[in-house]
Amino acid sequence: MSNTLQIVWLIPFLPLIGFLINGLGRKQLSKTLSGFIGSSVILASFLICVFVFFQVKNGNTAIVHYFDFINTASLKVGFDFQIDQLSSLFLLIITGVGFLIHIYSTSYMHDEESKDFAKFFAYLNLFVFSMLLLVMGGNYIIMFIGWEGVGLCSYLLIGFWFKDNSNNDAAKKAFVMNRIGDFGFLLAVFWLIAKLGTVNYGLHGVASGSEDIGVLTILYSKLSTFDITGITLLLFVGATGKSAQIPLYTWLPDAMAGPTPVSALIHAATMVTAGIYMIARSNILFTMAPFTQCVIAVIGLATALVAATIALQQNDIKKVLAYSTVSQLGYMFLALGVGAYTGAVFHVMTHAFFKALLFLGAGSVIHAMGGEQDMRNMGGLKKHMSITHITFLLGCLTIAGMPPFAAFFSKDQILAAAYESNPVYWVVGVLTAFITAFYMFRLYGMTFLGKFRGTHDQEHHLHESPSAITLPLIILAILSVIGGWIGIPEVFMHGGDRLEAFLEPVFAKSNALVASLHPTHELSHSTEYALMAVSVVGALIAIVYAWNKFSKYQKSTAEETGLGKILANKWYVDEFYNAIIVKPMQSIAGFLNNVVEKKGIDGFVNGVGKAVNYSSRQFRLLQTGQVSAYMLLMVVATLILFIIQLFL
Amino acid sequence: MGVTQILFWFLSALAVISAIMVVASKNPVYSILALIVTFFAISGHYVLLNAQFLAIVNIIVYAGAIMVLFLFVVMLMNLNADSEPPQKNKYILYGGTIAGASLLLVLVAALKQTATADQMVETNVGHIGLIQNLGKILFTDYVFPFEISSVLFLSAMIGAVIISKKEA
Amino acid sequence: MPINYYIFLALALFSIGVVGVLTRRNAIIIFMCIELMLNAANLLLVAFSKTHEATASLATSGSDAQIFVFFIMVVAAAEVTVGLAIIVMMYRNTHSIDVNFLNRLKN
Repeated sequence: MSNTLQIVWLIPFLPLIGFLINGLGRKQLSKTLSGFIGSSVILASFLICVFVFFQVKNGNTAIVHYFDFINTASLKVGFDFQIDQLSSLFLLIITGVGFLIHIYSTSYMHDEESKDFAKFFAYLNLFVFSMLLLVMGGNYIIMFIGWEGVGLCSYLLIGFWFKDNSNNDAAKKAFVMNRIGDFGFLLAVFWLIAKLGTVNYGLHGVASGSEDIGVLTILYSKLSTFDITGITLLLFVGATGKSAQIPLYTWLPDAMAGPTPVSALIHAATMVTAGIYMIARSNILFTMAPFTQCVIAVIGLATALVAATIALQQNDIKKVLAYSTVSQLGYMFLALGVGAYTGAVFHVMTHAFFKALLFLGAGSVIHAMGGEQDMRNMGGLKKHMSITHITFLLGCLTIAGMPPFAAFFSKDQILAAAYESNPVYWVVGVLTAFITAFYMFRLYGMTFLGKFRGTHDQEHHLHESPSAITLPLIILAILSVIGGWIGIPEVFMHGGDRLEAFLEPVFAKSNALVASLHPTHELSHSTEYALMAVSVVGALIAIVYAWNKFSKYQKSTAEETGLGKILANKWYVDEFYNAIIVKPMQSIAGFLNNVVEKKGIDGFVNGVGKAVNYSSRQFRLLQTGQVSAYMLLMVVATLILFIIQLFL
Repeated sequence: MGVTQILFWFLSALAVISAIMVVASKNPVYSILALIVTFFAISGHYVLLNAQFLAIVNIIVYAGAIMVLFLFVVMLMNLNADSEPPQKNKYILYGGTIAGASLLLVLVAALKQTATADQMVETNVGHIGLIQNLGKILFTDYVFPFEISSVLFLSAMIGAVIISKKEA
Repeated sequence: MPINYYIFLALALFSIGVVGVLTRRNAIIIFMCIELMLNAANLLLVAFSKTHEATASLATSGSDAQIFVFFIMVVAAAEVTVGLAIIVMMYRNTHSIDVNFLNRLKN
């Protein structure tokens, strides 16, 4: 049966080839050629993904085994690719959105020198390769390879303009924060190996349907509650690193130092969803750990709210989007925490569309503004950039949760699940949704409405971006609008939630487990309508308010006060981290450097050298060059030999 | 105590004392003369051991030829007591003396208890040391090394000539 | 005479030769001390040959040692010619026969 799926190795292999060609030939390839190679390999992957997706849709799922990656007596790790509903959906998102962003990059990065240009595409391809490996990996080890790979690419791409040192700092920050998370992930994997002796998802019964109910009993027999909670918490630590949740979220806004397509692809659409994917992949474990779920929900919610409030006061167009990404990721974690795995995956998908759209639109704006990112210097771009304007507006409406745009459905699904679990979650979630709507339209208003506030040169220079930029925008805008229609809730249309049905096999066991533990009460249709109405109306009010307020925005030099200042400074989280982690670390490092290293280790090493030097200077005196001295030594040595030979 | 014993002790004392004088005397000429005395004492031991051939050869070759050669060299160079300043490095002096004494001590201590310790040495009797006997062996069993030794002498002679020749 | 006496006598002469080699700086005297050590060995060889003659059955047993002594003298004679030639050479170059001047090994 797996004959058709055997070709899935091509999916990650093609971007790898692209990476090698672009990376090795970066000095020879022309811009056109490297752009073409970089994009076409992704396109080819995408086409295979579409094929695979339809195979999966027809029920053809498989774990494809290629070779043994680790083979010891007690542990076998195969180099496997797991193709099922969940991974095929992610594959589509990654290669699809990735392809559009590659197209976009051919235009956006055109000012780079050709070898940097090729390098950029090489990194992008490597990123796509790693992300595909992460998603397709048939066990935690293979996933971890991709997991590390995307971290590396993120580092490389954030620091792509490495001549500016602040970019390097941002890259380092991202890398270190990710490492903290990765460490948690690794510990969780070790724990799993120690307890279960395997790292396959298979044993957790994710892959196949209902036939082996034994898996759950096996799991319960092998893992104590403490084990499960510990493992899942550690996995969640890994997810917070990669998906920028409290307390490890601060790297993501800084990551906007990278080129805009990178922000769109890596730090909005794909990589940051790796944590979501990983938790969705391990859904059985997480369902078995109610405490962890609670932690996830609370942290997700807190992240969503905090990031949204910070976004209110940011003036850098990309920073706003970055915080909004963090906030949306918080939503996804909320969904995971309340057990709405489908909702989380749904939101990942819609978020990939609209956030990529918003980032690319922002990139288009920045491009037109000649690198200007401060919204206070924009305004009135509506007249100059009609396509960007319209697509951006659609993106804003989507993220604000307006029906019938995509995020309305996904967000609604999450909020409904949250309400089901705990109404407090819902209240905070909805509040965050209002704030989201407000700051997005603040962004929109400051950028596109009102009068142009920049310099004359910039105004003169304003232009609509070329088609390589606008085309992806249009496609993404369309997807943002219609992308949600695969998950229409029951209340509107019977059998409308096709995504739920599609993903059902993946989450079947979790759902069964939940149902057996505490029988859910379906929300009545009227409640559901009421919830939707509240969120839509509230968001609408926020939109209208923001529109009015910021369409006539004027630059003011007045310093923000009170809460505004705190928000503008991002709740002082960076400063807080700086004070409690970075400073002590630096002083410890300074101590180690100055005392341990210089006095201790250097002292020891130099001391050895000095001792040898000194002693050899002394021994040198034995070498008098006088024959009699040598003779004396000879006699003494003979004497010693005699003594040893005769008496000992 | 027979005549043999008296002679043995006398010759031993003479050998050791004159050997010490070889080492101790400042003037090289005295050293050489003392060494000749030592050789004579050793030759006397050979006679006691009934090794007449070796006794004669020892006197002719060592005391006669070799020591005269030494004497010639010393006189040729006009060396006297001043030519050798006293050993300045006292460590070498003491160290050498102590090392030599220790060597003596260790070897004596070691060899005192050997299996052959109480074997007797035949004195005044025996034929092997006689010229007739040794000559027979030398020209039958050891004729080849004997002839080779002439080559050794030849090469030594050529070597000596070449070395002591003035810069060519 | 017990063989021990000869052994001790030879050892005494040998050790005196060693001390001379170690302490003196005159090359000729060092050379003579070497001759002294050779003679000590010779004496011991002859003494052992006579011991051997006393205990062994063959009429000629023990004569090998005396042949050895003979050859040692031969070699010593050759050695002395060459050695003295070297000393003469050295005196000609340095106007001294102090071995402490022969310290080129140091460099």
